[in-house]
Amino acid sequence: MGFETRGQARMTVLPDIFGRWFESRGWHIHPHQQEMADRAGAPALLMIAPTGGGKTLAGFLPTLADLADGTHAGLHTLYISPLKALAADIRRNLRTPIDEMGLPIRVEDRTGDTSATAKRRQRADPPHILLTTPESLALLLSYEDAPRMFAGLKRVVVDEIHALAESKRGDQLMLGLARLQTLCPDLRRVGLSATVEDPAGIAGYLARHPDPCEILYADPGPAPDIAMLTTEERPPWSGGGAGYAIAAVLDQVRQHRTTLIFHNTRAQAEIFFHNLWLANDDSLPIGIHHGSLSRDQRERVEAAMVAGDLRAIVCTGSLDLGIDWGDVDLVIQIGAPKNVKRLVQRIGRANHRYNAPSKALLVPANRFEVVECVAALQAVRENDLDGEPRGPGPRDVLCQQILITACSGPFSADALYDEVCTAGAYAGLRRSEFDDCLDFVATGGYALRSYDRWQRLLQRPDGRWQLRDPRAAQRIRMNIGTIQDTDTLKVRLKTRYGGKPLGEVEEGFAATLTPGDTFLIGGQVVRYEGLREMTVEVTRRADKPPKIATFMGTKFATSTQLSSRILRMFRQPSWPDLPGHTAEWLALQRERSKLPEANRILVESFPHDGREHTCVYGFAGRNAMQTLGLLLTQRMEAEGLSPMGFVSTDYAVLIWGIDPVRDPAPLFDPVSLRAAFEDWMGGNAVMKRSFRATATIAGLLERNSMGQRKSGRQATFSSDILYETLLKYDPGHLMLQITREEALRGLVDFGRIEEMLARTAGRIDHLVLSRVTPLAAPLFLEAGRVAVQGDASERLLASEVSRIMETAGLQA
Amino acid sequence: MNSLQVILHGAKLAPLPSGSVWWPDQRLLCVSDLHLGKSDRIARRNGSLLPPYEVRDTLQRLEADILATQARTVICLGDSFDDTAAARSLPEETRLWIARLQAGRDWIWIEGNHDPGPVELGGRHLKEMSVGPLVFRHIADPGAAGEVSGHYHPKAQVSVKGRAISRPCFLVGEVRMILPAFGTYTGGLRWSAPELQRLMAPKAQAILLGQTLHPLPMPIERSLQAQGSPAPS
Repeated sequence: MGFETRGQARMTVLPDIFGRWFESRGWHIHPHQQEMADRAGAPALLMIAPTGGGKTLAGFLPTLADLADGTHAGLHTLYISPLKALAADIRRNLRTPIDEMGLPIRVEDRTGDTSATAKRRQRADPPHILLTTPESLALLLSYEDAPRMFAGLKRVVVDEIHALAESKRGDQLMLGLARLQTLCPDLRRVGLSATVEDPAGIAGYLARHPDPCEILYADPGPAPDIAMLTTEERPPWSGGGAGYAIAAVLDQVRQHRTTLIFHNTRAQAEIFFHNLWLANDDSLPIGIHHGSLSRDQRERVEAAMVAGDLRAIVCTGSLDLGIDWGDVDLVIQIGAPKNVKRLVQRIGRANHRYNAPSKALLVPANRFEVVECVAALQAVRENDLDGEPRGPGPRDVLCQQILITACSGPFSADALYDEVCTAGAYAGLRRSEFDDCLDFVATGGYALRSYDRWQRLLQRPDGRWQLRDPRAAQRIRMNIGTIQDTDTLKVRLKTRYGGKPLGEVEEGFAATLTPGDTFLIGGQVVRYEGLREMTVEVTRRADKPPKIATFMGTKFATSTQLSSRILRMFRQPSWPDLPGHTAEWLALQRERSKLPEANRILVESFPHDGREHTCVYGFAGRNAMQTLGLLLTQRMEAEGLSPMGFVSTDYAVLIWGIDPVRDPAPLFDPVSLRAAFEDWMGGNAVMKRSFRATATIAGLLERNSMGQRKSGRQATFSSDILYETLLKYDPGHLMLQITREEALRGLVDFGRIEEMLARTAGRIDHLVLSRVTPLAAPLFLEAGRVAVQGDASERLLASEVSRIMETAGLQA
Repeated sequence: MNSLQVILHGAKLAPLPSGSVWWPDQRLLCVSDLHLGKSDRIARRNGSLLPPYEVRDTLQRLEADILATQARTVICLGDSFDDTAAARSLPEETRLWIARLQAGRDWIWIEGNHDPGPVELGGRHLKEMSVGPLVFRHIADPGAAGEVSGHYHPKAQVSVKGRAISRPCFLVGEVRMILPAFGTYTGGLRWSAPELQRLMAPKAQAILLGQTLHPLPMPIERSLQAQGSPAPS
């Protein structure tokens, strides 16, 4: 659709110079770009567009038009993106129209990488367009001079808002926008989003509550060309590596210009990349990219990609966002996609510059994932996207916002409460909840009121709140942000000259290494030599089969919607859509036992190998099923059934033990399950980790003290001690309330156990069978078995003591 | 009581799973690095308001050990208070609690680097103290023999069957013993730290705290193992 063919009335918004510039480049303005310019006066606008598609230019056109006459002084538009790299990329991209049209516009970015001098200057003399991240914005808002710096700000553009809205970074950003809106009442907001299941939800998240927010849709382009990869070899019964598909994947890479090969975890990406290279007889240039590789290494791969030097990149979610690579003509998803929305966004990474369909292939890693992939394909065709509804804005982020506000100067609690409630996620915040957060920030909020003298915030005679010690602002600023440092250690090649950084591994994994052990990182097998000043030193001498490094990072659980779609498929009389081997498997399950149903819990009990086994088909996603396994075995232990261990997947948990389960119903009693959950919270490592994140965000712990911990100084102590102390003496404390709320989601995901209990309402089908059932069989091959024992560490230590003492001819 | 016994310069000592050490022949209980008032000091110094329950928790555990052993002498081996201001600002009920614990026993506050001066609480204040063949002081003196000290908060790190376990520990060598920190809000220094390696060379045992005590050989760097040392007694 030509630029010139648009109606004259609409054209008045953009100065003529823009029309000439578009013409000179032989470009047409896209309808959604024009619409954006037409509606530039709206208080909030959300644009949904696939990757690329000129959506960033659409976001900036009204700004460029406004600034074209050179009359605006100071900051005009703030652009916020989740990635530093994206801010830098946009700055380069904006240079072209600005330079070619000769517009008098200053554009700068400001991220953690910007020099201190440049940052100081930006505060005194801000550019017209500032490109930044949510964390840098929060920091700017903490300065006393924020009102001066943001005076005159007209627009804020939030890029990749769909990604931000899924994390606390987005919540912090929206609280920041609420603050900005107080400083600049006629500020207009624009959000740019990829395809999402609930555009209205994102719109409500973006707009000032209760302002309306119009949603613009860019042409989504042709429907994607998406299929399951067919291979000679059948997918295996279990596991997640998809090693069987290596040859077929290489074949696809050969047939395409550039292929992105997405994996769900970093560890799987490493293994797949390693195996791909072992089979890569033509030495096709293939790279690897994930969040645990060193920045240097990632940038090299990105540069090679942009230069067109790579035929494929094995990657993870680290490439879900970011730089627009036009030459990708195939996306391969290894392993079931777990979540349809993310699959659609990943598929969008291919071919978006050419109005051709995106091409994607799904590679199930095991037999069950064949079912999941077919269900996901149906969902994509029906455009039935999934997503977990967002809960209310997290209160730890609010605590940090109160601290940030206090840094910028005295504030009134009433005014701040009203301001916070204009952020969509916090619109339903009760005043009492706000007051709890304020009390926590000011006094610690403990049942034992002991900080009278050292309160963090004091109420002034005029009723406003201020920092007790203004010098504290410096420390608070150093801890702004919601991104969690995980306990990782850098990995470095050991050379005479210091050595090249390769990436990082989890501290817990590093602690299990002994010199001589080998592991995979960045696709190479390296040998552990030792730990030196908290850096893992490695060499390239690889003489043993590698261990698999563990990386932090999310383990995606199959979404609720995809799980129920699978359960719906199970109701079909036959499965013509499934490959024969998988259809036969399901038919056999129906014949020998039964297929799980959405509104009932199927429990199978059967003996195998001298042990009693119980398989529970809960379809609640892997994190919730893991939690369910822990809770059920705990309840079985209490009932004297002596469970010995369990293993879980996205759809089931298999428990083995000495005695058979005769009546599973009491095990699923919601009241006792919740009580077991409360008990279990105390000693649980995931809960402790989540407490630490919450306490750090809320300002109870300092993130920068982590550095001291890593340097091994004895002055700092573990946050686990604080967690245990609070549980013991102040179990109702705000930090524990928030930690419990977090446990309903994420790695503990107790919320989905609740959802499972609600949908099945005590309807339990218990089948006692004489042998392993077809659907349970793959669970016997799953990795990640969890042994049930009273106190694992105590027993392991005791066994280690006797082993060592026996070796030495002693008795412990 | 745990039956584990270590002999240091002829003295028969029993480390307890709580992190204190009991000397039955002297009816003497020794704890190190209580760091009472740590949350107070952190609030005063950098604004973080940590859960203010560590004094209560530490004293409860100390009280349990005193009651279980019926100790006649209690030695607090330095850094009993996170700083002197924290000692001064202890609430009245805590002072009374400490006075109750002190009643009827000899109570010695050894000076530490965090609490160098005397505090306004009962008991004696000493720089160091000799009892029979042993000397009790806060920071180990490299030339000493038969010495019980604290200060370093030693912590062991072991990896067993793929699980990394980190625990506070006693370090027991031929001439000295270093106690773990007893205070609830305390961290640890890894046993691989050069200071601990030098002090404990050529050979030492680590006794890890837990529900029961777990003795393990302390790994000592080879270069330090080779150094001359007094013959084992």
